[in-house]
Parts: sequence; C-alpha cells; structure tokens
Amino acid sequence: MSLEILSAGPMLTVQDAGRNGLRHLGVSTAGPIDPDAMLLANALCGNRDDTAALEFAGPAGQFQTDRAVRFAVTGADCDIRIDARPVAAWESHRLTPGETLSIGAPRDGVWGYLALSGGIETAPVLGSRATHLRSGLGGVDGRALRNGDRLLLGPDRKVPCLRPAPQSLPAHSQEPGPIRVILGPQSDRFADDILARLTSASFTVTPQRDRMAMVLGGVELPAAGGHDILSDGTVPGSIQVPGSGAPLVLLAESQTTGGYPKIATVASVDLPRLAQIPVGRTVRFAVISREEGEDLWLAGRRALRAVLAGLTAKSEGMLSSDYLLSCDLVGGIAAPDEVAGTDLTARGDPQ
Amino acid sequence: MTPSFLPSGDRALMLKFSDSIDASVNARLVGFADRLRQGAIAGLVEIVPTYGSLLICYDPEHLRGAALEKRLLALWEGTGTEDRTERYWEVPCLYGGEVGQDLDDLAADKNLTRDELIALHAGAEYRVYMIGFAPGFAYLGGLPEILHTPRLTVPRQNIPEGAIGIGGRQASINSVAGPSGWRFIGWTPWRSFDPARPEPCLFRAGDRIRFRPVDTAEARDIAAGLSAGDVIPEPLKGEGAA
Repeated sequence: MSLEILSAGPMLTVQDAGRNGLRHLGVSTAGPIDPDAMLLANALCGNRDDTAALEFAGPAGQFQTDRAVRFAVTGADCDIRIDARPVAAWESHRLTPGETLSIGAPRDGVWGYLALSGGIETAPVLGSRATHLRSGLGGVDGRALRNGDRLLLGPDRKVPCLRPAPQSLPAHSQEPGPIRVILGPQSDRFADDILARLTSASFTVTPQRDRMAMVLGGVELPAAGGHDILSDGTVPGSIQVPGSGAPLVLLAESQTTGGYPKIATVASVDLPRLAQIPVGRTVRFAVISREEGEDLWLAGRRALRAVLAGLTAKSEGMLSSDYLLSCDLVGGIAAPDEVAGTDLTARGDPQ
Repeated sequence: MTPSFLPSGDRALMLKFSDSIDASVNARLVGFADRLRQGAIAGLVEIVPTYGSLLICYDPEHLRGAALEKRLLALWEGTGTEDRTERYWEVPCLYGGEVGQDLDDLAADKNLTRDELIALHAGAEYRVYMIGFAPGFAYLGGLPEILHTPRLTVPRQNIPEGAIGIGGRQASINSVAGPSGWRFIGWTPWRSFDPARPEPCLFRAGDRIRFRPVDTAEARDIAAGLSAGDVIPEPLKGEGAA
C-alpha cells in the first residue's frame, strides 16, 4: 500500500490542507500554493478535502504503486503518461502495479498536484501532513521528496474514475486581467505617486520564488515612511516591500510575522493565479475594496462547490468495461486504453 | 486606548493599538487575544498578537470583515485590564562557546569584560512580546540599552536551535536552526519548540524570562536529561509551575 518515487523532480513535497490556527505560535500554515487545484485533484480520486497529496514545481518525476490506485493531476499544465501513453489532467485514471506514471515539467503554470486514491499517509505533525521546508515540519522529515522515497497510502474509497462536467473548470492560469489587491495594512507608508505606480506599472515575475514568497521585479516601490516597521502579523498574499523596493508576495509557506511594510494584500481569489504565473511574464495589479474581495472569494467558493457537485463517473454509458473496471469490480486488471489525445487537445495550450 | 482597523486583505484584518514597544499595551492585547481564542467570537481562523497589534484571520463564509470589526470593537470596549498570572521562567544559558560566538567581540565593542556582559544580560528581566517569524521563536523585550546591537548586514547561514541572540534592541532564543543576522552570545539546552510535546511551544506572549548562567557540564546534563525525558522545563511561577 505504498507509492514509490522512482525519480523526484526538484520541488516535490507532501501537502494537505495545512496547519490552521497555529500562526500565533509562529507556525506557518503551509499547505498547497494553489489550494483549489489540490482539492480538485483529491476530489477526482474520491478523497476528502484535507487528504495529503503531492505538490510539484518543475517536472514531478516518475512513480509506481504496489496496488491499483486512481490518480489525478491538476494545476499547472504538464505532460502526463502512464508508461508511454499520454493521459489528460483534471480527471482521474487508474494506475496498476508495474505501470510507471511520469509527469513532466509544466508547459504553462508553475505548481501542479498529484493526488492518489486513499491519499498519502505520512505521520502528521501538529495535526497536518503538510511539508514546511523552512522549519523542517511535516511530509517526510520536513524535506522535499527524493528518488527512492516510499510513501504509505491510505485506504481507498473505491469510487469510479471521475471527471468534471464539460466547461465547468475555472481556467486558472489562463484567466486574463490584472491581479486584484486590497490596499493596506501599511499603504500609508507610501506616497500617492508610489501607490499609483502599484496599479499603473507592469511587474516582472523573477526567478526568486519558492513556496514561501515570490519577488516581483522591474518596478520599485520606495516607502516614504521607511522600510522598517514594528513586526506584525502577515498572511499569504501580503505584499511586503523591503528596502530594495522590490515587492515580495508571501505564499503558503510564509513566515507568520514580518518587519517590512505591506503595501497591499492580494485578493484571496487571485493569489493562486498570481503564483501560477511563470518566470519572465508580466503582472499588473488593480485595487479593489475588501468587500469586493470578499464577494469574489464567496463566488469562488460557490463555483468550486459547483465543480465538485458536477464530477461524474468517466465513460459511464459510453465504455462500460472501463466503468466496471473503475468501480473496482475486477481489481488488479489494467484499464483498457483511454482515449487521451482528444482531452489534451480540448484543454488547449495557451502558449 | 481604542484600536484602529487596518485592512489585511479579504480574509484578515489587523487591530492596531500602538506603534511602539509598550508592555502594558502588549499585555492588554495579549489578554484580548486569549479571550478571542476561548471562542468569544465564532468563526475566527487565526488570532496572532504581535508587539502592538493583533492580526485576525476570518472566513467570510461565516462572517464578513465589516461585521467582525463591529463585534471586535464592542468586545474590546467591554474588556478591562484583567490580572493575568504571567508565567516566569529561568532559562539556563551557557554563555560563549561555539554557539555564543559573538560574546567576546561584543564585550570588546562595548568596553565590557566578558563577565560584565554576562552579568548584564543575565541580570535583566525580559518579557515575551510575541511569538513569530519561526515556530516558537520568542521576541524578548527588556534588553539593557548598552547591549543593543545592530544586526549583521549579511546573515549567517546556519545558527543552531537554542542560540541566545541580540538583534537591535531585542533579545531572542532561537527555536529552530536557520539563517540569522542576529549576534549570538550563548546557548540554552532547552528546546523552545518541539512538535512532539503536547504544548509544542515553551513560551507564550506575556511570559517573563530571566537567563541563568550555567557551565558546560550543567548544560550537558540538562541536554541529556531533556533527551532522556527526565527533565521537563517548567516555569517557576504561573500556570504550569512546579
């Protein structure tokens, strides 16, 4: 009942819904950079929302399991193969012992997710399996995964392979338009012309990025009131501006407090979209009110629930043998070849 | 003292009480944070007290920010200055040595002998103003002015857990190993963060601390006792005191 990592990409970690309610102890939330994408990967495998899955940036690697599982890959758009056969993202597939799952580098987007039926069962730390690399908590010894790691899998709920209803997926990284932000808490440290620059200028996504933060370049935001504040609380999405003037957007693994002024906070609904923008692309910001941000968040929750409610068994009524196999009535037999090419083309590559 | 509200996105807000380091302000906001943590307002996700402000993360599906501000303000106005029994700790500290690598340089900079510097650092009483930055990392106020020292411009890459540091006018106890630009004058065998403990963090905002100088032999004994489970750090006063 385990997942073997034949080869691990450069940034492959165990994540779950994260450690909530511990920021006052200095414990970062961690969890996925793109929570909805991971939640959907889990749902496609019949897993609960808080089940642990793998997050990757760059190629995920190659995997095998010692029992038949269903898996789903979501998030950044990448090449997914069972042995040599390409399969589609955003739906679940069967993987049987002996078959090798290979997930290549993202063609668009940055952060991808691999969920497996039953979920990853590493030992929880402070109530969560999420890896926090900076403090070495969770996952496997608090580190990124390596070649040869074996991860225990949980009990499988034996649901069929699933896919979302047509056109129901939010098209994360492809969505055009500026990244919306809410000014504050320290926007008063910045002069009016600098605040105007925040929304008029184009920022460039730099290679200085990890699970903790991403640095934006090309535009400086000097603070008239100085770049040192009495340390206060931060959240994922806080846009800190250190003395260099280059804004730094905090992500899931951010520290809990900081001493740099925060000019604005990225709207919750747009933070995964920002984090999925590849290096070298440009970003623009637009200011909205807190109430607008909350409305967008609530609409996003409703849309996500609609996608979850619309998940349907694959091939039901179309390819009955596949359906029967996916129901696990005949365990251990390889699923018939699935028609993959059409799905990949339908999803499209924006490049 | 009425807090102002600073927006922190669409799922968090900040109550700001003060821009300066003030023990009485900090005590009141830490007490208020405790009240909130006991469930005074349902649906709060995170309650993070810092020096002079309180960050609150909420779920807009339960409560919108505007409504939350009203409820927080009403609750704050009904909150008096409660007498909290603050915990008091004596933290063993091995001054100098490999971890306390800056002790001699710092003493020389300040025209103090090594023993004078130790006496100043161990003679002061510190207050835990906040836990942040890293798991269990305690920001301590109360460092004697002569020991205030700017941070290094280039941080060192690997400062061990338990390192006793000085950064500007603050003192600290390193809770996890990692890079730091602070100056380090000693080491404690106590582990201020251990996720395997029922209470993973030794210190809480509001605790009072003194450092007790120990020699290498005693530090080693304490470390051995801790790893064998024979020694459990306890406060001398307050909740959890022996």
